[in-house]
Amino acid sequence: MQWNSATEFFAMGGYALYVWGGFGACALLMLVEPWLVRRRMREAMLNLRRLNCADNTDH
Amino acid sequence: MNLETEKLGFYRYSSPQTFYPLAGKMLPWFWVVATLFGIAGLWVSFFVAPTDATQGEAYRIIFVHVPASWMSMFIYIVMAAWAGIGLALGTRLSGMMAQALAPTGALMAALSLLTGSLWGRPMWGTWWIWDARLSSELILFFLYVGFIALQAAIDDPRRADKAGAILALVGVVNVPIIYFSVIWWNSLHQGSSVSLTRSPSMAQTMFAGMILMALCFWMYSIAVSLMRVRAIIVERERNSEWIRAEVKYAVE
Repeated sequence: MQWNSATEFFAMGGYALYVWGGFGACALLMLVEPWLVRRRMREAMLNLRRLNCADNTDH
Repeated sequence: MNLETEKLGFYRYSSPQTFYPLAGKMLPWFWVVATLFGIAGLWVSFFVAPTDATQGEAYRIIFVHVPASWMSMFIYIVMAAWAGIGLALGTRLSGMMAQALAPTGALMAALSLLTGSLWGRPMWGTWWIWDARLSSELILFFLYVGFIALQAAIDDPRRADKAGAILALVGVVNVPIIYFSVIWWNSLHQGSSVSLTRSPSMAQTMFAGMILMALCFWMYSIAVSLMRVRAIIVERERNSEWIRAEVKYAVE
C-alpha cells in the first residue's frame, strides 16, 4: 500500500478533485438510477392495482 | 401443438409473461455479484494498484472511466441487437429489452464523458476538445437520448419499438468508429491499454482493478436493466390477465 496516512489518501497526490469527483459521480448516479427505476416500478404497480379495483367494482 | 412448443422451448422466455418472474428471480443475484465485484474493484483501485510513473494518482480515474466507456458501447450493441430481433421477428419482449437498456446506456456514456473530462483537465489541460474519440462518444450519448426521446414521442408502443429499432440499428455504425477512432485519426486520447491480441501495456494490478470494476459495471447494468424491463412489462401489459393476477398474488 502506498499511503502513509488518511490525509495523503484523500489528497490523491493533489488530484483529489478529479479522482474523487470521478468516483463520486459514478457512485451517485449508480445509486440514483436504481432508486428512480424502483419508483417507476412502484408507480406501475399502483396503477395496475387501481385498474384491478376499478374492474372489481364494475361487477 | 405440444410438439411445436417443446421444440421452441427456448423461445418461451421471449414472452413477457414467462420472462417477468424469471427476471425477478435473477435480480438479487446480479445485485450481489455487482456489489462483490465493486468492493474488490475499489480495493484494488485504491490500495493495491501502484501510483503511475507519469500521471501520479490522477490515472486512478481509469478504474471508472474505462468500465463506463466499455459499457456505453457494449450496451448500445446489445440494445440494437434486441431492437433488430424485435423488428425481424416481432417478438414483444425484444422491444421492451431495448427500451430498458437505453437509459442505462445513456448513463454510462454520460459517466464516460464526465470522468474523461475530469481526467483530461489535469492531464491535457482541457476539459473538452473536439477530438475524434471524444466527439464520437458524445454522438453515442446523443443516439441514446434520441432513441429515448423518439420512443417517448410515439404513443403506440409497437410503433415506438419499430421507429426506435431503425434509429438504433443505423446508429450502430458509430460504435466501431468510437473504438477505432484513436487508430484512424490523430487523437489526443491515448491508445487502448488493453487489446485482445497483445498483453496489456500496464501493471498487472492496474489491469486487474480495471477488469474487476468493468465486471461490477457490467453486472450493475444487467441488474438495473432487469429492474427496468419488469417495470416496462407491468406498464405495457396492464390490460392482460396474467399481470393482473401476478399483482393480486403479490398483495395477498
